[in-house]
Amino acid sequence: MRLLRLKPGHGEIVVAEGDVEVPEQERELIEAFRRQLDEGMCAAVPTETSSGRREAELVKSFAEVPRDAERVIFFPRAAGGAGAMSR
Amino acid sequence: MWLALGTAAVVLLALLWELARPRLRRELANRRAAAAARRERAAQSGYDPGRERRAEQRARALLRSCVEEEAWSMYRDLGFLRVWGGLGDRAQGASYAYLIYPHKPIVAYLPQTGEMLNEYCVAFPDHSRPYGSARLPDSDDVLAKWMALTADERHLIAEANMHLPGRQIDPERVSRDLVRLAAWERERAGRGADSVPAA
Repeated sequence: MRLLRLKPGHGEIVVAEGDVEVPEQERELIEAFRRQLDEGMCAAVPTETSSGRREAELVKSFAEVPRDAERVIFFPRAAGGAGAMSR
Repeated sequence: MWLALGTAAVVLLALLWELARPRLRRELANRRAAAAARRERAAQSGYDPGRERRAEQRARALLRSCVEEEAWSMYRDLGFLRVWGGLGDRAQGASYAYLIYPHKPIVAYLPQTGEMLNEYCVAFPDHSRPYGSARLPDSDDVLAKWMALTADERHLIAEANMHLPGRQIDPERVSRDLVRLAAWERERAGRGADSVPAA
């Protein structure tokens, strides 16, 4: 599993990577996951439905992440924007 | 005589050094401060087109790996994504849809008539400002909107600032984009999805 974070000026960076079946690596993933939430990030897991449609699932804790998920993507929390959004 | 001259030269050098040292020290400190200020300014406002381009390339690759092939092709060809409202699709009776533009409000509209419903202004500012900017690359902004919308449409819409159409995006532009989208879909349906060239 890889934890990725969207970053201004860079694109995604790998925050942590490990095998959830290996306890030590799972602990590291959990710690990295918490750090990202503490920094104000949202976490989403890209998924694919049985009909083949792709969507995302927001997760609030590592326990909610499907064990077979390949990646979790962290991105800044949504905030209502205004004029500053336009170029 | 040589000894006297040598001694005098050493004394002269020592005197000159003593006189010049404070000035040299100040000069060195000024140069260091100026260099630090330049680095600081570059870090705060430093727009590096090469870095931004690489960031956008990474973001596009990630977006492509997350959304459906049709959605990726739409974004690549038209510059926006359409997401059906209510997490449904036309076959399931979605009565409205959204257009996701990079760093622009999400536009809700009626696919049947092309009528714009609302603009939802939402941003994903990264307050850590890693390169002096809180703004995600364009395709990462689209990906963040897509993830938030497909995962929890209600929450995202509740978080966004809702405005009437035309506040930030020209309705004419949306109309043109919907015409382009319809033409793109017709063309795609005509030639079959398999023959669409890769990015």
